[in-house]
Amino acid sequence: MNQIKISAKTVDEAIRNALDELGETLDNVTIDIVEEGTKGLFGLGGKEAVVIVTAKEKEESQIQLAKSFVDGLIDKMGLICETEVSDDEGFIKIIITGSDVGGIIGRRGETLDAVQYLTNLYVNKGKHGETYKRVLIDSENYRAKREATLVRLANSMAAKALKNHRDMMLEPMNPYERRIIHSTLQSNSKIITRSVGEDPNRKIIISPK
Amino acid sequence: MLMKELLEYVAKSLVSSPEDVVVTQTETDASIVLNLHVAQGDMGKVIGKQGRIAKAIRAVVRAGSARENKRVIVDID
Repeated sequence: MNQIKISAKTVDEAIRNALDELGETLDNVTIDIVEEGTKGLFGLGGKEAVVIVTAKEKEESQIQLAKSFVDGLIDKMGLICETEVSDDEGFIKIIITGSDVGGIIGRRGETLDAVQYLTNLYVNKGKHGETYKRVLIDSENYRAKREATLVRLANSMAAKALKNHRDMMLEPMNPYERRIIHSTLQSNSKIITRSVGEDPNRKIIISPK
Repeated sequence: MLMKELLEYVAKSLVSSPEDVVVTQTETDASIVLNLHVAQGDMGKVIGKQGRIAKAIRAVVRAGSARENKRVIVDID
């Protein structure tokens, strides 16, 4: 915490000096007057004014933290992209646009997932419970498009499994993507889905019942 | 130089003692090796459970190095 105790001839002067020293403005500090100070007679026996000035903790909002982290990351990666941040029902949502978005998405969204994961860690560093904020990052509607692709894939693979009476093994996917496949086929009573292997090579097998 | 800065930026954002983050770079004909050093107590913050954080860091550095014609390897010690 940034705090300073300063004495001067008058309270006003002490506060002015303290603000100067802290590099703060009056709005961003709390002031405790320890000693009002008296003038004394003929400049003798006067008491100096003493104040304690404390800079208010600048709680940069998690939204701003998230944006500045991602902006910095994009810059250091040598990419040119813009970010737009919003509070989406308690989630911090960041949309990345620009000519270099391919670089930020990566193969099968690998880079986008990594950036999202690191941003979550950064924004929630040292936080617990209710202050925990989840960050979602998307670009060019990648996530929605990928979800549509996975739903289509799940349905066509299920149809193949039924037609050929055999298990269909999908390529490795992350937990989020596997969940989309499982939930797509959950309502299909002729099909069972299960995951085998260990992350990052965990994959889904679709079998006829 | 850029890759080193990228790794430093990410590591410093995650640890409790950013002043202890040191990245050294060794370059050979085919690859750039970045060695990341953090305070003992911060090791978990750059590795994570089952190396999940380390994996994300590597993914970001790899993406940032797309323009380099060399393989970029991140070592954590």
